[in-house]
Amino acid sequence: MSKNNNSNMRQNGQSARLPRKRFYRARAHSNPLSDSHFPIPISPADVDYSQHYPHFFPSERSDDDNGSVPPTKVRFADIGCGFGGLLVGLSPLFPDILMIGMELRDKVTEYVKERILALRATNPGKYENISVVRTNSMKYIPNYFEKGQLSKMFFLFPDPHFKEKNHRRRVISLQLLDEYAYALEVGGIIYTITDVEELGDWMRSCLEDHPMFKAVPEEELEADPVVKLLSSATEEGQKVARNGGQTFRAVYRRIMLEDG
Amino acid sequence: MEENLIEEGESSREGEVAPALIVIHPRDKSAAVAVGPELRVYDIAGNCPISLSDDSGGPSHSESIRAIGFGANGSVFASAGDDKLVKIWMTDSWHCTKTVYAEKRVSAVAVSHNGQHVVFADKFGLVWAIALGEGDEGQAPIDNKAVPILGHYCSIITSLKFSPDGWFIASADRDFKIRITVFPKRPRKGAHEIQSFCLGHTDFVSCLAFARPIDYPQGFLLSGGGDSTVRLWDFISGRLLHTCDFGAQAGLVKSNGTEMEGGSAVIDVCASCDGSLIAVAIQSLHGIILLNCDFSARTLSIAKVVTMEESYVPTSLGLSDLPKHLWMVMGVSNIPTLGTTKLLSRVRVVSGFLKDPSDSSVRNAIIMGDSEVPGSEKLLEKLQGSLDVAEEEVTLAATAAAVKTSVHNLLIKKQYSLEKRELQKRSRNDKKLKQ
Ligand SMILES: C[S@@+](CC[C@H](N)C(=O)[O-])C[C@H]1O[C@@H](n2cnc3c(N)ncnc32)[C@H](O)[C@@H]1O
Repeated sequence: MSKNNNSNMRQNGQSARLPRKRFYRARAHSNPLSDSHFPIPISPADVDYSQHYPHFFPSERSDDDNGSVPPTKVRFADIGCGFGGLLVGLSPLFPDILMIGMELRDKVTEYVKERILALRATNPGKYENISVVRTNSMKYIPNYFEKGQLSKMFFLFPDPHFKEKNHRRRVISLQLLDEYAYALEVGGIIYTITDVEELGDWMRSCLEDHPMFKAVPEEELEADPVVKLLSSATEEGQKVARNGGQTFRAVYRRIMLEDG
Repeated sequence: MEENLIEEGESSREGEVAPALIVIHPRDKSAAVAVGPELRVYDIAGNCPISLSDDSGGPSHSESIRAIGFGANGSVFASAGDDKLVKIWMTDSWHCTKTVYAEKRVSAVAVSHNGQHVVFADKFGLVWAIALGEGDEGQAPIDNKAVPILGHYCSIITSLKFSPDGWFIASADRDFKIRITVFPKRPRKGAHEIQSFCLGHTDFVSCLAFARPIDYPQGFLLSGGGDSTVRLWDFISGRLLHTCDFGAQAGLVKSNGTEMEGGSAVIDVCASCDGSLIAVAIQSLHGIILLNCDFSARTLSIAKVVTMEESYVPTSLGLSDLPKHLWMVMGVSNIPTLGTTKLLSRVRVVSGFLKDPSDSSVRNAIIMGDSEVPGSEKLLEKLQGSLDVAEEEVTLAATAAAVKTSVHNLLIKKQYSLEKRELQKRSRNDKKLKQ
């Protein structure tokens, strides 16, 4: 199927159709503990971002230009991006900021790739700042981002993993927050939302207990254009909204660790 | 896959062989060897074997010890392993004063510089801290409970080491990763601040060692791994400074008269405090490799390959400083082919590391005879478990073979077929039903 879409894209250029989600239906939940096969960059320097954002990495650089302009770095990461709705919503709001989605499921990642390529083809010059990688974010965040590289991280409607013994599979935990605090710059923001109350409580209490995060005050949230997208931009968010479900949000700022 | 690996480790350990370990007291006062569940200590300063005693009220080790270590000032020693016990010893009297029960099998231990905390890693990639002295903030009662302080997500941690200044703790795992974490004043609240990740290994990381040359008080980190490399790091920034690739150097090793059949994973690396002596043990090498590190140029190079007899493949290395001796042990917790229950280990010592002032790449290295080692036969009898080890050709050869396969099995990430996994699941469920 994806082959078909590919050739469509190449032959018809502008007239490329958006990929249809039903062709990419995949298993609803995935086990983040299983190591399926996908390439893992050895370190952030090993990731070729020019492949992801060709517009931001002009291939012909003059020699004296070389090295003088530091390459643009990814600043936003959408963890467990699913079908990519948030990236698509954020892209026009921050056209100069590079954003990446991280997704574990192969077919879903392929779908997001196709979706972005199709959007780029039908809207020339737009959606050049978003891309996606297939990876296990619970293991490989440090392989993609340098210390303090990110200004925003998103965890929208993550898998709930209800059973007690599966809590360690949750994408927010006290231990994993260490890594997110490492990847985020001081002042950077972590956005979480879920429709599962128990998970909402869990995420909030992990963030509350972590000494390198502090709740963003309500007034600030109201002024933040990104906050509105949390419940409306993603496929999961829309599903919850359609069903009139409640959502639970926790937005925290990365702060400096106080001594002691 | 990963979870299966871990659960497999929990349920079936037949045929699993644990390599013998050796560490030397930081002030050269004693030498400790662990083979299987046995801990053997020799008092080098007093030249006598030490008999251990236990005041902790806890059990003794009953399964293979996987990790041992002294704190920086040598007053505290810790041992831990497959029996999920972490035992803490005061080295003035060699009394075990504390036995802590871990939830999972333990893969690494380290003692903090001030001797106030013992940290250990379990098979789920969690690192725990045990407080020894007064509690944080002086609040008195310390329970025997360990608290989790950091985690490598579902990856087995292979090594834990404190930086020379005691500020950082380095943790290495089977997922190619080395994490450098600020070690907090109050570890009970967790060690959350990551200083850096040292990323560059392309296979599991097996060992870590710090070196602090006089001109570089911050120190450097060395790491060895399944990719047949030893790497030199600026661990503050996580920057890889140099890589010494033994896979590529196999020719050199061969030309020295040694064949490296089988893998060339780095098993252990150790460095003298000032970094002037760095020794590396490699999976199938009958001997050790000495490295030169030019810290100002930030480069590593092979100084010398010290070859031993055919049947000697060290499983662990230790260094004493005055005089500079390199200690090696070869041994395993059990030898499947022999079916013996005798826990043999063979200790060798290399001395005479004099740098030729005219050429920094030339070193002497003298393999000491059994009567020449510090403490001579008395020490060997204690640490090896027997003096006749050297004569037992068959046993030695079998040990060497067991070492090779054990290291191979331990270090290679197992790939399970679907059927096997299903089988395991079923047998696990069966077990549950029976209980
Ligand atoms: C319930 S969906 C939500 C998707 C999207 N954020 C949304 O709001 O529509 C959770 C997603 O996280 C992905 N995921 C789960 N664990 C992951 C991991 N360890 N690394 C990357 N993605 C993961 C799943 O494959 C799934 O697509």
